[in-house]
Amino acid sequence: MSATLDDLSLGRPSLSRAQLPSWALGVTAAGVLVLTGLLRLVTHMSSYVALAIIAVALYLVAQTVVSLSVEGWRHAKNRLMTSLMLAAMVLAVLPLVGVLGYTVAKGLKRFDSAFFTHSMRAVAESDPNGGAYHAIIGTLEQVGIAALISVPFGIMVAVYLVEYSAGRLGRVVSFFVDVMTGLPSIVAGLFILALWVLALHQGTSGFAGSLALVILMLPTIVRSCEEMLKLVPPSLREASYALGVAKWITVVRIVLPTALPGIVTGVMLAVARVMGETAPVLLTVFGNSAINTNPFNGPQASLPLFVFNEVGQSFDNAVNRAWTGALVLILIVLVLNLIARTVARFARVRG
Amino acid sequence: MAKRLDVKDLNLYYGKFHAVADVNLSVPPRSVTAFIGPSGCGKSTVLRSLNRMHEVTPGARVEGKVTLDGEDIYATAVDPVVVRRTIGMVFQRPNPFPTMSIRDNVVAGLRLSGVRDRKRMDEVAERALRSANLWEEVRDRLGKPGGGLSGGQQQRLCIARAIAVRPDVLLMDEPCSALDPISTLAIEDLIGELKKDYTIVIVTHNMQQAARVSDQTAFFNLKGAGLPGNLIEIDDTEKIFSNPGRKATEDYISGRFG
Repeated sequence: MSATLDDLSLGRPSLSRAQLPSWALGVTAAGVLVLTGLLRLVTHMSSYVALAIIAVALYLVAQTVVSLSVEGWRHAKNRLMTSLMLAAMVLAVLPLVGVLGYTVAKGLKRFDSAFFTHSMRAVAESDPNGGAYHAIIGTLEQVGIAALISVPFGIMVAVYLVEYSAGRLGRVVSFFVDVMTGLPSIVAGLFILALWVLALHQGTSGFAGSLALVILMLPTIVRSCEEMLKLVPPSLREASYALGVAKWITVVRIVLPTALPGIVTGVMLAVARVMGETAPVLLTVFGNSAINTNPFNGPQASLPLFVFNEVGQSFDNAVNRAWTGALVLILIVLVLNLIARTVARFARVRG
Repeated sequence: MAKRLDVKDLNLYYGKFHAVADVNLSVPPRSVTAFIGPSGCGKSTVLRSLNRMHEVTPGARVEGKVTLDGEDIYATAVDPVVVRRTIGMVFQRPNPFPTMSIRDNVVAGLRLSGVRDRKRMDEVAERALRSANLWEEVRDRLGKPGGGLSGGQQQRLCIARAIAVRPDVLLMDEPCSALDPISTLAIEDLIGELKKDYTIVIVTHNMQQAARVSDQTAFFNLKGAGLPGNLIEIDDTEKIFSNPGRKATEDYISGRFG
C-alpha cells in the first residue's frame, strides 16, 4: 500500500540543487554575440534591427537549453519567462525614450529666447527667427479655461455618482460618461463649431476651443475621480457619520482629501491629453500668426496648431520651429505635472 | 449624560432580506450591555440601528421603535446627524482619518461640526486622550498622523475620538477583535472606567470578555440559514453565565451546539 503512495508522491528531492555558475549566462551572451557576428559575415545581412532580433531569439534559446541541462525544467521556464518579460518591457520603453530623445535633440536648435518672446507676425516661413510666444499664450489660456470649467464640474459629477446616486440615473450617467471617454476629438470640435461658432454666431475664439476641450476632459476627470472616490474605505465615511458629522461635510473634509492624490493624477492625465489636441482646436480656435491675448475674441494660436502649421512648410527653419514647439509642449505638461504633485503632497501634510 | 435606551419590536431589513426579528430590550444608563451570539445572527445590525447607522447601508430598513430617554430616535422630525452626535460608535477595525494628525483625529467630531476655538479643542483633545488612556503615549507626537500608531493605540484613538463629542451612549462593535491581549486588556479597563459616565453597548465574540466587562448580556441566535436572527434572552451577566433561562443560551456559552 505504502509503496504505491510513494510512487504517486513527488518524491523527496534533495533540498540543494545544481545552480548555473554566475559566469554561465555571460558566456552564453558572448557566444550568441559571436554567432550573430559570424552570421553577418556569412550572409552580409545589413539590417541591425533584424540582427538584434536574431540575437535576442538566439539568446533566449541558448539560455533555456543551458539552464535546462544544468538546473532542470522549472528553472529553465522561470528564466525564459523572466527574459521574455524583460524584453517586452524594453520594447515598450524604446519608442517612448526614442520620441523624447529625438524631440529634445531636434527641438534644442531653436530653444532660444527669441522663440519665447516673438510671434510669427511678419515673419516669413523661410526666416530663421520668429517664435511661439503667441502659441504658448494661446495654449495656456485655452487649456487653463478648459481646466477651470471641467475640474470642479467633473469632481462634482464624480461625487454625485459615488456618494449620492443610488438608482437608475447614476447608472445612466455613468454609462454615458464611459461612452464619452472614447469620443473622437474631431467630433467634439465639430460639435462646438456647429453649435457655438456657427449656430450661435460666436465666431472662432480661444474660448470656443476651451469648450471643445471641456467636452474631451470631462469624461476623463469624472471617470478617474469616480475610481479614486470608490477606493476611499467605507469605514472612514462611517467613522465620520458616527461622530455626528453631516454627509456633505464628510464628503468635503474626509472623502475628498483622502482621495486627493489620485484625483490630482487623474486631472493631470486629462490636462495632458487635451494639451496636444490639434483637430478640435483647428476647427474652433482657427489659428493666428499674431499675438492675441484675449481668449474671448478672435482667432488665437495654440502650440499643437503651431507645430502642425510649421511642420507642413518646406523650409528647414520652419521645421526646426515645429520641433521646438513640440518640445515646449512636452515641457509644459511635465512642469504642470510636477507642480500638481508637489501641491498634492503639501496638501496632505497635517499638524 | 448617560441616557437610557429602550428597543421595542425592532425588525431590521437589508432590502428584502429580513435580518433581525422582534427585538425588545432595555439598556439602563451607566451600565455595560454585551451582545453575544454566533456570526451572522444580527448583533452588529441591531447595534448599528441604535444610532441610525443601519440606514447608511443602501437598501437597509428599520421597523419598530428605539427610544433614548423616552424620545423616539426614528421619529420623522429627528435628524440622524444629531442622533449620531448623541450616540457615538466605535468600530471593529480601528479607522483613524489618514489625512489628519492624532490631535485632529480626536477633535474631528468638533472640527467637522464647525467648532473653531483652538484652545478649547486642545483641552478637549487632552481630556479625551486621558480618558482613553492614550495621553501619556502620544502627548509628544500629537501632530503626527494617526495611522502611525499601533493597532491597539489606534483603537484607543478611535475611542477618544468618539468620546470627544461627549455622547450620551457609546456603542462598540467588537472593538477588540483586531487587537492583541494586552491592548484588549487596556480597552476592557477603559470600558470599566467609561461606564461611570456613559451608557455602553458592546458586541463581542469573546464570551470571557462579555463576562468580564458587562452588567447585562443579550444572547442572539439564528434559527437557520436565511431566517432572521433574534434575541433569545437578555439578563444580568452573572445569571446568563451561571444559570441561563434558555437552553440555547446554555449550549452556546458552554460550547455545545445543537
